Amino acid sequence: MKKVVFACFCLVAIGLLSGCSKGARKELIVAGSTSIQPFADRWAEIYMKKYPDRVVNVQGGGSSAGIQASFSGAADIGTCSRELKPEEKGLTEIVVARDGLAVIVHPTNPVTGLSLEQIRDIFSGKIQSWKEISNRDKTIDVVTREEGSGTRGAFQEMVMGKVRVFKGAIVEDSNGTVREIVAGDPDSIGYISLGLVDERVKALSLDGVAATEANILINQYELVRPFLFVTCGPPSREAKNFIDFVLSEEGQNLIKMEGLIPVQSR
Amino acid sequence: MHLNPRHEQKVIHFALFFCTLVTVVILFLIIVFILRKGLPVVNSKFLTANPVDMGRAGGIFSTIIGTLALTLLAILVATPLGVGTAIFLTEYTFENKITRIIRFGAECLAGIPSIIFGLFGFILFVNKLKFGWSILSGALTLAFMILPTIIRTSEEAIKSVPAAYRQVSFSLGSTKWQMVTRVVLPAALPGIVTGIILSMGRSIGETAAVIFTAGSALRIPTSLFSSSRTMAVHFYILAREGISMSNAYGTAAVLIIAILMVNIITYYLMEKFIRKYS
Amino acid sequence: MNRLERNEKLIRLALLVVAFSAVSILAVITVFIFSEGSPIMLKYGFKNFLGGLDWYPSEKSFGLLPMITGSMMVTLGALIIGVPFGLGCAVYLTEFSSKKLRRVVKPIIELLAGIPSVVYGFIGVIILVPLIRNTLGGPGLSVLAASIILGIMILPTIISISIDSLLAVPSSYREGSLALGATRWQTVKMVLLTAARSGIIASIILGMGRAIGETMAVIMIAGNAISIPGSILDPVRTLTSNIALEMGYASGEHRQALFATGVILFIIIMILNTAANITSGRRRRRT
Repeated sequence: MKKVVFACFCLVAIGLLSGCSKGARKELIVAGSTSIQPFADRWAEIYMKKYPDRVVNVQGGGSSAGIQASFSGAADIGTCSRELKPEEKGLTEIVVARDGLAVIVHPTNPVTGLSLEQIRDIFSGKIQSWKEISNRDKTIDVVTREEGSGTRGAFQEMVMGKVRVFKGAIVEDSNGTVREIVAGDPDSIGYISLGLVDERVKALSLDGVAATEANILINQYELVRPFLFVTCGPPSREAKNFIDFVLSEEGQNLIKMEGLIPVQSR
Repeated sequence: MHLNPRHEQKVIHFALFFCTLVTVVILFLIIVFILRKGLPVVNSKFLTANPVDMGRAGGIFSTIIGTLALTLLAILVATPLGVGTAIFLTEYTFENKITRIIRFGAECLAGIPSIIFGLFGFILFVNKLKFGWSILSGALTLAFMILPTIIRTSEEAIKSVPAAYRQVSFSLGSTKWQMVTRVVLPAALPGIVTGIILSMGRSIGETAAVIFTAGSALRIPTSLFSSSRTMAVHFYILAREGISMSNAYGTAAVLIIAILMVNIITYYLMEKFIRKYS
Repeated sequence: MNRLERNEKLIRLALLVVAFSAVSILAVITVFIFSEGSPIMLKYGFKNFLGGLDWYPSEKSFGLLPMITGSMMVTLGALIIGVPFGLGCAVYLTEFSSKKLRRVVKPIIELLAGIPSVVYGFIGVIILVPLIRNTLGGPGLSVLAASIILGIMILPTIISISIDSLLAVPSSYREGSLALGATRWQTVKMVLLTAARSGIIASIILGMGRAIGETMAVIMIAGNAISIPGSILDPVRTLTSNIALEMGYASGEHRQALFATGVILFIIIMILNTAANITSGRRRRRT
């Protein structure tokens, strides 16, 4: 019995020491926006293939969570898919990409485009049925993101302005989930990162302008937000290495293939 | 309408049978549904390869490691505490105010929802103690969650060891501690192990407390302070975000099989233990 | 002799400390949650907090009523589905089926308890939500979906404990009733259910506790809207989902408000647990 207890303590001690001896955290933690997460994960994958002795861990949680984690030290790099608020400006921010915000509906929805005002009215609850826009008499199932989402923050700022998203809207906590719901519900409408739009949903054109990277590059499609990497103070050495990779030509080409807008081209 | 009692019974009998049938059928449907869609995806490559492209491709190896690490560490922490508590309650004291307080504490702990544990673990371990999202944070939180189960099952196991064992030990001149460690515990071991395995089953499926404390990093964890993703968390993320439905089903299938095995082992161990002492 | 006695005393002390671990952890969690959550409730007033209709943290509006209503509606729905099926199953397995069947079926039902909640949520999303949306309307993510899934999830709890309570009723009760000429069902209805009443009520209360505390499955299928649902086809947010959705990033007063949500949840669960203990204790003391 005593031997068993002793062995257990040894195991735990070894485990703890193995972590401590190489520094309490030798891997880079990148946490925050769910919009940025798949791209950050891609970057991390290629980065780790290139430098096999470095480890990068990517988490979600939402843009505000990333900012919080950056402040508290839980993350080395926080990721954020909206502009920083005034009280967050103490962080060092680096733009790593730009992303369009797409308003999406089910592929079978006959609607192909809306005006900014119509979108605002739908999300605020003023327009409640599809029959005010097209011919179908169905209640609009509005899907929005949680409060801490950068995507939602950007949407609120660029589309809603001072108007609140209405209370009865369905709330989900990541881009992927919103996409899943819209892909499954013919009467729904939502908004996600343009880079995440695929054949399961349809992106609406805004005031006649289609939601494409091309239109963003010529400044025609207006719903664009920055993807930010934030650090508390200047980035640590490991963080800087990763950020340099992300901003390099290789890193920026990677995301161009995935549908984001590289940071160089303005 | 006053039915003849015999007719009433026939109708009720059928209704009750129907309730039971529905319950059992639902269970089978869930398991069969998951396994049918998930097993084709599970092969040795799925189990030994790491997730690629956020889990869209590749396997679930790192999540298996994460699950094992979290579960084992949680058990390592909770078992001494739980078994020690059980020994104290059965061997070293009588039923009095102290034991009532201890039992009350354990039962209340058992009823706390997992999200509150997650909240607590997130604020205390991840933030205040600066462990960050790590196996350590997750395992400690899980350990607190499974502690009541281990206390309860260990206590029952120790209680069912016949008094004769103890008396013989004393008559041979042993101290109390010697009696506990050399006679009672070995005899109660199957029951104690059952409780541990039961807790393993619970930890494997736990998501709410884990996702906020151990995080959701995809790589194989390198130390206790690494963040790690468990199979349950991986399944949750894959399914929610529609990253890869087939991989989601595969992960769920592995999860279900693991839990099925845990339950079957528990069942047989308990049968063996009951048969031994009845 | 003295050294042995001293060692034994030390061991006893060490075990006492260990035994208090469970209580201390509980105390730490309780103190933690209450200390983080109470200030904001006192600041905004209980009435505003518990009765406020508006949950809009970015504008400092922390009304929890929609979530409290949400939790209650979903739990009630779960009970409506879970109790009849659960009790029916328990009665069938103890009074109407053979012992062999019970020994086979009871562990199978306990297997239901082992399925992770995320799998239940997933099944709800894949099968139940589209079904509700296509047949009954609405987005499918609704009170109804959550109630059905939660009802299934609490079945094992209700069945297990009810079976134990029914089995604990002395067989003399059954035999006496049958000897008087009652049918098995009449025996169950008029004698056994009453005798096992406290255990059955305890099982229902514990099922309630499980339903209120469930998070993952509910987040996946309830829709998480911050309004009070107008019908069972409307989306709804529970207290648990509220915490889980916003915990990752909440700071300052928002975080305190989430802790306060935790406090409310905690108090509700403690009340339920104590009630369950009292009702099952009454049975123990009577027999």
